[in-house]
Amino acid sequence: MWSHIKTTWLVFLHLFKRNETVQYPEEMPYMAPRYRGRIILTRDPDGEERCVSCNLCAVACPVDCIALQKTSSEDGRWYPEFFRINFSRCILCGMCEEACPTYAIQLTPDFELAEYERPNMVYEKEHLLIDGVGKYPDYSFWRVAGKTIAGKGKGDARNELPPTEVHSLLP
Amino acid sequence: MPKIIIDNKEYEVADGDNLLQACLSRGIDLPYFCWHPAMGSVGACRQCAVVQYQDENDERGRIVMGCMTPVSEGLRISVDANNAVNFRASVIEWLMLNHPHDCPVCEEGGECHLQDMTVMTGHTSRRYTGKKRTFENQYLGPFINHEMNRCITCYRCVRYYKDYAGGTDLQALGSRNRMYFGRTEPGVLESEFSGNLVEVCPTGVFTNKPFSESYTRKWDLQSAPSVCMGCAVGCNTSPGERYGNLKRIQNRYNEDINSYFLCDRGRFGSGYVNSEKRIRNAGLRCEDGSFEIIDKTDALNRFAAIVKDNKLIGIGSPRASVESNYALRALVGEANYCAGFSDAEAPLVDLAIDLSQGHGKRAPTLKRVEAADAVLLLGEDVSNTAPRLALSLRQTSRNVSKEMAGPASIPLWQDAGVRGHAQSALTPVYSASVLPTRLEDICTDSICTTPERIAYLGNCITQLIEGKSVELDEADMAFVNGAAQALKSASNPLVVSGTSLLNEAVLHAAAQITEALKALAQEPDLLLCFAEVNSVGAGLITGALSMHSALKKLTDGSVDTAIVLENDLYRRAESEKVAAALSAASQVVGLDVVENATLEQATLVLPAASFAETEGCCINYEGRAQQFYQVYEPQGDIMAAWAWVAGISKESTETDVREKLISDCAIELPCLSRLTHLNRMAGQSGRTAAKIPRQTHRFSGRTAMNANVSVHEPRTSEDVNSPFSFSMEGDSAAQPGDLAPYVWAPGWNSNQSVTQYQEHAGGALRGAADAVFVSHAASTTTLEKTGPIFGKASGKVREGGAGLCLVPVYCVFGSDELSAHTSEMQARAGRARISLNPQDAKALHVKTGDGLYCSTGEITPGQSYEVLVSASMQQGFVGLVQGAAYLPAGAWVSFVRDENWARQPEVIARG
Repeated sequence: MWSHIKTTWLVFLHLFKRNETVQYPEEMPYMAPRYRGRIILTRDPDGEERCVSCNLCAVACPVDCIALQKTSSEDGRWYPEFFRINFSRCILCGMCEEACPTYAIQLTPDFELAEYERPNMVYEKEHLLIDGVGKYPDYSFWRVAGKTIAGKGKGDARNELPPTEVHSLLP
Repeated sequence: MPKIIIDNKEYEVADGDNLLQACLSRGIDLPYFCWHPAMGSVGACRQCAVVQYQDENDERGRIVMGCMTPVSEGLRISVDANNAVNFRASVIEWLMLNHPHDCPVCEEGGECHLQDMTVMTGHTSRRYTGKKRTFENQYLGPFINHEMNRCITCYRCVRYYKDYAGGTDLQALGSRNRMYFGRTEPGVLESEFSGNLVEVCPTGVFTNKPFSESYTRKWDLQSAPSVCMGCAVGCNTSPGERYGNLKRIQNRYNEDINSYFLCDRGRFGSGYVNSEKRIRNAGLRCEDGSFEIIDKTDALNRFAAIVKDNKLIGIGSPRASVESNYALRALVGEANYCAGFSDAEAPLVDLAIDLSQGHGKRAPTLKRVEAADAVLLLGEDVSNTAPRLALSLRQTSRNVSKEMAGPASIPLWQDAGVRGHAQSALTPVYSASVLPTRLEDICTDSICTTPERIAYLGNCITQLIEGKSVELDEADMAFVNGAAQALKSASNPLVVSGTSLLNEAVLHAAAQITEALKALAQEPDLLLCFAEVNSVGAGLITGALSMHSALKKLTDGSVDTAIVLENDLYRRAESEKVAAALSAASQVVGLDVVENATLEQATLVLPAASFAETEGCCINYEGRAQQFYQVYEPQGDIMAAWAWVAGISKESTETDVREKLISDCAIELPCLSRLTHLNRMAGQSGRTAAKIPRQTHRFSGRTAMNANVSVHEPRTSEDVNSPFSFSMEGDSAAQPGDLAPYVWAPGWNSNQSVTQYQEHAGGALRGAADAVFVSHAASTTTLEKTGPIFGKASGKVREGGAGLCLVPVYCVFGSDELSAHTSEMQARAGRARISLNPQDAKALHVKTGDGLYCSTGEITPGQSYEVLVSASMQQGFVGLVQGAAYLPAGAWVSFVRDENWARQPEVIARG
C-alpha cells in the first residue's frame, strides 16, 4: 500500500518538472563527446593516417559491416587501400573503436545518418577519413611500434635501445 | 602403451614419446616453442615445464622440461601445479621483454604461436618498463621478410634451415641476448625450402613477402583443401582467397607426402592466378590480331557449332586435371586425341608409369622414402624436378644416425643427442647426374656425366649386384662399386630416377637395378619422377595421336580444327611446326589459364579456371589420385576447362557434369576406375551431415565487402556436390582431418594447431579417408638388357652430328610453366641459363655470365642464354635449362656468342 502511495506521489511531482523534449531538428540536443554515432577514421599528430589496416575492427564487428584491404606506402607504413563501412548494417555498438589498437577508428556524436537511398549509406575511406586526431590528440602508433618507417629507424621508437651491434664479442 | 598420471588422472600414452608430445596427443594444452613434431626437441625455450613427482607420496616434485623427459610406466606429473604454472608464466614474460609493439602491423598476427602461448600462459600485462633491445633487419630475397626484433630465440629457424633442409646461409649469430638469426650478410636465401621458415617460426620474424604485399588476416581467408600444381609429387596445400584474389598457399599436413613442409615453388608459385596475363573472358581472335571479347553464352554456342561442323583433333595436357583431359578425349574420340606430351616425353611417361606401377609394387610415399637405408639417384636432379622429394631424401640420409641412437638409448626426438652421437655418419646416398645437384652434401659419392653414361653406369651397378664383374676406370669403378655394395647390404634400398633426362635407357637401368635387388630377397623401392602435376593422369588417358602426328594432321589439312586444352604447344614441339599447324587449321580453340604463344594463334579463346577456382583431380608420381577443391568462385566468365569442353548448358549444372565425367572415365578406362571413390560428401565423410565451411568462424566484412557494388547481400552460392560451403556456417570441428580447409582449434590459432587434428601429435590425421590409387595392369615392359652396356655405345664418347649435344637440365624456379608467370619466381629464376664445359666455352669465346644463342634457327629462335661454365659438364654436351621453349633433348646444335648480350653486374652484396 505504502509503495503505491509513494509511486503516485512521485508521478504527481513530475507535473512540476521541466519538459525534457526538445524541438529537434530546430533545437539540437546535447550529445556527450563519447556518444556512439557516425564512425570516422582519424589521423595521427603528424597528419598521417592512423589506420594500419590490422583488420581488428572488421573482426570485432558483430554485423560484419567493415571491409578493408591492407597495402603499404613507400615509407613502410601500412594503410588501407580501401576502407568501407556499410552504415545500413552498422549498429553503432562501438566494438570497432574498442578493438582499434591505433585509435584510428572512432565513433562521433553525429547520429544523423538518414538517407533516402540505401547505397548512400556505404561509406568509403574518403568519406570516413577526417583531417584531425579525434578524441585522442597525442597517440601515434608508429612512434611506439618496432617496425621501421621512413624517418624512424630501429631503436628510434619509444623505449627502444639503439640497434644491437651483432658483431660485438664483448660479454 | 605406458600409463602415466597427469594431474591425478591416468592417461595411456604412446611408448617412446616425450611428455610434451604425450600431453598434446591427449588434448592437454601445454605451451611450447622450440619443439616441432618433425624436428624433435632441444629444450631451448624452457616453456613446456611440468612438475614431475618421485612417487605417489611426493608432494613437492621437481620441475622438468616436458619435451626433454621421456614417458615411463607409472610416471606422475602435473601440468597445473602452481610452481609449474608460475615457472611458465615467468618464462613467457622474459621472452616477451623485448618483443615489439608490432602485432597490428605483423603478418603473423592472428595466427601467431607466440600470441597463443602468451594467452595460454596468462601473461596479459607488461611489467617490464625498461628499454627494448632492437636489431637491424636483412634483405632475404623476394620470398621472405625479416623482422628480427620479434625473435624469441627458440632456434627453430636454424634447426629447420640448416639441420632439416640442409641450408648453409642462415645462422645463429652473436652471443648472449644479442643472438641474431640471419645471414652473415644480406642476400637472397639460397635454399629452395626457405618458405617453410614462415610456418616454422613461432612468431613474425620470417613472414611471407608476396602475401604481405596485399595482406589478409588468417580469419578472413577463404580456403579449401588443395593440391600443389608445381610438380608430380602432389603436396597438399591450403590456398587462401579474399576479394577474388588468391592470397597465399599454406602447407596442408599429409602424413604420407609433404608432412609439414612445402618447397618454394609450391608456396610462392601461384601468383599467376592473379596475374595480368590471366584470361578472364572468352574471346575471338580477329583477322588483324585484335581480341574481341564475347560473352559466355555466345562462346558456348560458338564452341558447340565448331564441334558440330568440323573435323576435330583434341590436344590434352599433363598440367590439366583428369576431368579436363577425359572430357576432351570423350569429345573428340580416342582416335583424334593427343595426350599433349612432346614426342620425346610421351613414350617415357608410358614406360615410367609401367615400371613404377606394373611390377606389383607402387612407388614409395615420401614417408617411406624417409625410411630407406640406401639410396641411388640415377639421372634425376630431384632438387629441381621434385623438390619436396629432395627434402625427404635429406631425412633419409639421417637414418643411420637414428639407428645408432637406439643402442645408445637416445630417444629419436632428442634431436641434438641423435645428431651429436652420430657425428657425420650418413646413410649411403649415391647420385649420378648431369650437373652437380644440391644434394651433393649428403651424397656418399656422386658423379656427373651424360645421360647415356648414367644409364651405362646404372647397368654396371646391376651387373655388380648380380655378382658379375665390370671394367671401368678408377673413379667410375669406385662409384659403381660403392653404390652396388650399399644397395646390396641395405634392407630397404631405394632407386630414384625419372623422365626428366628424356632418356629411356636411364629408366630401364633404374628398373633393372630394382629387379636385381628383388632377386636378393630385399624390399627395394623404385621411385620414378614425372615432370608435371598430372603427367601420370595424362599418360593414362591415352590418345591415338602423338604430338607430331596431331600437328601433321592439321598441317596437311586432314582435320581443320584443333582444341588445345591448357597446353602451350610451343613447349612441346618445334616452333615452326606448331606455327605451321596452327595457321593451317581453320579453327583453333584454346582453353587456358594465362596467356601464351598458342593462345595467340587460337581463333576462339575460352578462359579456364585455375586449380583454386574449380575442382578436379590429379594423379601424382605414386599413382595416388588426389582431389583439389574449389577455393572460391571465379570472376568474369572463367569456368573449369572440363565444364567448357563438356558444354555446360542450362539443363546440366557443373556438378552433374563432373560427376558424369568421373563415372564415364572410370568405366572407359579401367585403370582409373577407383576415381569414383574420391568424391566425398559431407554427410558420408564426417560425423555430422553439416557442410564444412570454407570461411573461418571469424570471417569478417560479409555485409561490406560487396556493398560498393550492391548493398543487398547476395545469397551465398550453394555447393551441392562437395563437402564444403561458401560460407562461415557449418561444422568444421567434427570433420575428417584430411578435409580441413585450414587448421584452427580453440586456443590454437596458428598453424601449430595441426597437432589438434592428429590422432597422435605428429602422426596421422584423425578420420582421414584411405588414399585412392589408380590400378594398373601387370607390366607389359620386358626389361630387356637394352642398355648401352649391352650394345656398343658406352656413352662416354661423343657420337653424332656437329656442334654440341643438348641435355635438358631443370631449375626449381622457372622450369615449371605456370609458376614461371609469377613475378617473384621470375626474380628468383634470373635469366635462362646454359651450362658448358670449360673447353667448349673456350672454343666459343665465352665465360660465365656471357650470352649465347642457337645458330640453328629452328630451336629457340631469338632466345639467348646466360653461360654458366662448369667443369662437371661433359665436353661436347650443353645443359640447357628447360623453360619457355621446346628443346629437343639429344639434338646437336651449334651456338654463337651473343655480342649484344648485357652482362649482369656481379653482385657482391645486396642491401
